[in-house]
Amino acid sequence: MKTETPRTGVFTRRALLMMGGQVVLLGTLAARLYQVQVVDGARYATLAEENRISARLIAPPRGRILDRFGTVIAGNKLNWRALLIAEQTSDMTATLGNFSRIVSLADYERARIEREVRRHRRFIPIMVREFLTWDEMAAIEVNAPDLPGILVDVGTSRMYPYGEQLAHIAGYVAPPSEDDVAEDPGLALPGLRVGRAGLEKQHEPELRGTAGAVQLEVNALGRVIRELDRQEGVPGEDVRLTIDVSLQQAVLDRLGDESASAVVLDCRNGEVLAMGTNPSFDPSLFNAGVSQAQWAAWAQNKHTPLLNRATAGVYAPGSTFKMAVASAALESGVMSPGDRVTCPGFFDLGNARFHCWRKGGHGTLDMRGALKNSCDVYFYETARRVGIDRIAAMAHRFGLGTELQIDLPGARPGFIPTREWRLGHGKAWAPGDTVVAGIGQGYIQVTPLQLATYAARIATGRKVEPHLTRKLGTVLQPGSLPTDWPNLGVSDRSLHLLRDGMWAVVNEAGGTAPVARLPDPRWQLAGKTGSSQVHRVSREQREQGNFDSAKLPWELRPHALFVCYAPYDAPRYAVSVVVEHGNAGAAAAAPIARDIMKDTLQRDPGGRDEPTAARVAQRDS
Amino acid sequence: MREGRIWRETSFDLGAKVWQVSWIYVLLLCALAAVGYAALYSAAGGAPETYASRHVLRFATGLVLMIGIALVDIRFIARLSWPAYLIALVLLVAVMQFGHMGKGAQRWLELGGLQLQPSELMKITLVLALASWFHRASWERIGNPLFLIPPVIAVLLPVGLIVKQPNLGTAVITAILGVAMFFAAGVRWWKFVLIALPVPFAAQLAYSQLHDYQRARIDTFFNPESDPLGAGYNIIQSKIALGSGGMWGKGFLQGTQGHLDFLPEKQTDFIFTTIGEEFGFVGSVALMALLGLIVLGGMLIALRCRHQYGRLVAFGIATNFFLYVAVNIAMVMGAIPVGGVPLPLVSHGGSAMIMVMVGFGLLMSVHVHRNVAFGNEG
Repeated sequence: MKTETPRTGVFTRRALLMMGGQVVLLGTLAARLYQVQVVDGARYATLAEENRISARLIAPPRGRILDRFGTVIAGNKLNWRALLIAEQTSDMTATLGNFSRIVSLADYERARIEREVRRHRRFIPIMVREFLTWDEMAAIEVNAPDLPGILVDVGTSRMYPYGEQLAHIAGYVAPPSEDDVAEDPGLALPGLRVGRAGLEKQHEPELRGTAGAVQLEVNALGRVIRELDRQEGVPGEDVRLTIDVSLQQAVLDRLGDESASAVVLDCRNGEVLAMGTNPSFDPSLFNAGVSQAQWAAWAQNKHTPLLNRATAGVYAPGSTFKMAVASAALESGVMSPGDRVTCPGFFDLGNARFHCWRKGGHGTLDMRGALKNSCDVYFYETARRVGIDRIAAMAHRFGLGTELQIDLPGARPGFIPTREWRLGHGKAWAPGDTVVAGIGQGYIQVTPLQLATYAARIATGRKVEPHLTRKLGTVLQPGSLPTDWPNLGVSDRSLHLLRDGMWAVVNEAGGTAPVARLPDPRWQLAGKTGSSQVHRVSREQREQGNFDSAKLPWELRPHALFVCYAPYDAPRYAVSVVVEHGNAGAAAAAPIARDIMKDTLQRDPGGRDEPTAARVAQRDS
Repeated sequence: MREGRIWRETSFDLGAKVWQVSWIYVLLLCALAAVGYAALYSAAGGAPETYASRHVLRFATGLVLMIGIALVDIRFIARLSWPAYLIALVLLVAVMQFGHMGKGAQRWLELGGLQLQPSELMKITLVLALASWFHRASWERIGNPLFLIPPVIAVLLPVGLIVKQPNLGTAVITAILGVAMFFAAGVRWWKFVLIALPVPFAAQLAYSQLHDYQRARIDTFFNPESDPLGAGYNIIQSKIALGSGGMWGKGFLQGTQGHLDFLPEKQTDFIFTTIGEEFGFVGSVALMALLGLIVLGGMLIALRCRHQYGRLVAFGIATNFFLYVAVNIAMVMGAIPVGGVPLPLVSHGGSAMIMVMVGFGLLMSVHVHRNVAFGNEG
């Protein structure tokens, strides 16, 4: 070893020593392992059987939906339920059989349970049955020895104190579908519900919150011995709506038994204060699952209770559309307010003759007079001069026949025809189509929500968008202030004429809706009637002379519409009412709108934020 | 003259180097990573997506990195020893300033989406720096106490910073690694005895400086049953899982304790329990034998090297790996207090795996370049 210096020798000796030490240390660890795994193995095996720690997720409390004053629209209530943990029973069929003797399970329920057991890891609890009564729960607890794997716990379920009255706004929740769970395994929590319609669906992310976890020590039978650790989930956020529940109830009371809808908006910021649609349904039915018979009943009902008429019911606006036509004429410079048209009771275009609603005609009228009398001939002529494309553009600007920014799923946009659309369908635009569009008939379709928005935009000259969410948690949402909304871009001169005409409809002798007049001079109402035909009146019927649409079968009678805002000089609220097959706007819709407006003005929900006392103090000072 | 011909050679080509890589050793590492894959597959409840497939991806990346480093000339690496050490020291300071908090300690640094744990880098660069320091030192010079002052500082500086993080487990491992390097370099026996004497007093002092959670770990180590649901919880549950495995284990994927999520870190620090439960004492000992082969293989590479730098680097890397293994296994058996030390190449976790593979790359470079002419041989 002549090349080996002392240093190398030392390294070799010490490295070998180190290796020996390492081997000894690993050997010691192996010996200790022998002690734990082999000598004490049986003891630990028993411990492992008896002493199991299982982690379970806990569904976070779902956020509530509140009205603008804090009244609960959708909340949570306790729900006793039986769960099955598959790995804790040796014979699942026997367990379910025993369970079935206490609380009977249908075959399809068993099939669902067995399917879910296969789909999940064996320690995930599977829902067997929920909404147990106290007696059922007690019986399950008493028979616990026969029911290995079954455990009872308490969860929450959704409750809707106002049921039908707010069903279309609040929407409803239902168990997540199997597809949903495949996408997001976090939804596999027993008892978790997801929003399926309305604001429950719209605000699902905020309402749901974050799941918590609990660590439980359980014995071999699955009985919980103690709770080791609990991490509370983050509860869902409360959603505060613009709706005033008491006003909503008053609106629905006033609609009575009609198939009808009414929308009340705060003119200045577009907050929806009430949105009634009749008939409705009970949203809590969805909580437990809807029966086949219930679905059939809903589907066959010709009054379509599942349809939110206010946002998804589409109607021809009839004469309520005339302000949009007038505005298009004025803003395009085709006509001025003083332009006169003579109405002989009919309007001829080529071979076609279009009738005014008043048989003898209105004589010569200016634009204000035409609005006040709702003269059809005047607007046939106006529409002919302006053209359909400019009418469509103006209607869209007022929110008619176009998509609104409403924060509610399922709203329909309605429709305003244009030349381009007609060409797209392979036909040339007929001049007659423009003429009927002048009185809001033909292809035009709008929703009651759009009509209320239309009235609010005429009243304020701002492009307000209707919305239902006022606060998320405690944060006031944008759009709550009038200044959040841009100018509509229609001149004050034009808007003044529209407002003046609407005022005359209600407040001037000879107007079409004197019935809507409010006696209090501070609360002058401006409005417009409309009746939209759903059935073409034939020449023979008209010539018989005694035609009366009120005598038609219900489904063929015209819809009755009314739009209005008040007070005239300082607009606060806008209301639209549509009574399906109500025959005439002035007779069927206007009185309802008047009463709703009066009620709204008295309550003044937009003028007070929380306590009524504040409003009283303000008024008295 | 036969041996002289080889080690006087100053360089050889890449193809020759690839042949010099110890492919048997690479195979051992692959076997260990495969055990990791199986354990992680089981820990995720029989699914590769959660941990196992990423584990394989990381190991493959690490393997490429390792072979790459193995082909780098050891003399070039030697020149970079001290700069690398200084960079690691700077990162260690940086992690105190900008590091991410994880489980109450600042250990992580985020570099362009890559998580870096500077304390892991520190251990490897400390080995390089000390090897470089002792490489040119003669037997006589090592006897001079003044010569030992700079390397002592080079050990104490990072150990102090790691204690401050606070990461007691890694700090102790780093200190032991430093001592082992001094020992291998040939520092006289009596000096170690002299240092060891005040250790009980230092321990007393250190205990008083510890964070509450660290003190709790030490307390429950001496008496785990005193707090079965708190700090002693992990140890008890870990022992139950291991013990219930018995001699032959419950079988692959048949473990109940791991699948019940009773341990919060079953895929990282406590992965050994999954193997112990499912493959029993036989499987555990087989795994320990594999780990032991990897350690002893590293030591053999050190012994076969013809220059001091390579010997010390290989010795340091092998010792570092051994410390990981011993601390982790002792920890899950409740033999020493719990401290976040993974089981290398088996536990889930990217940053530690990459650093371990870098270490093996250096080890392999020593093996490939064991006969090169490198100053002060012998």
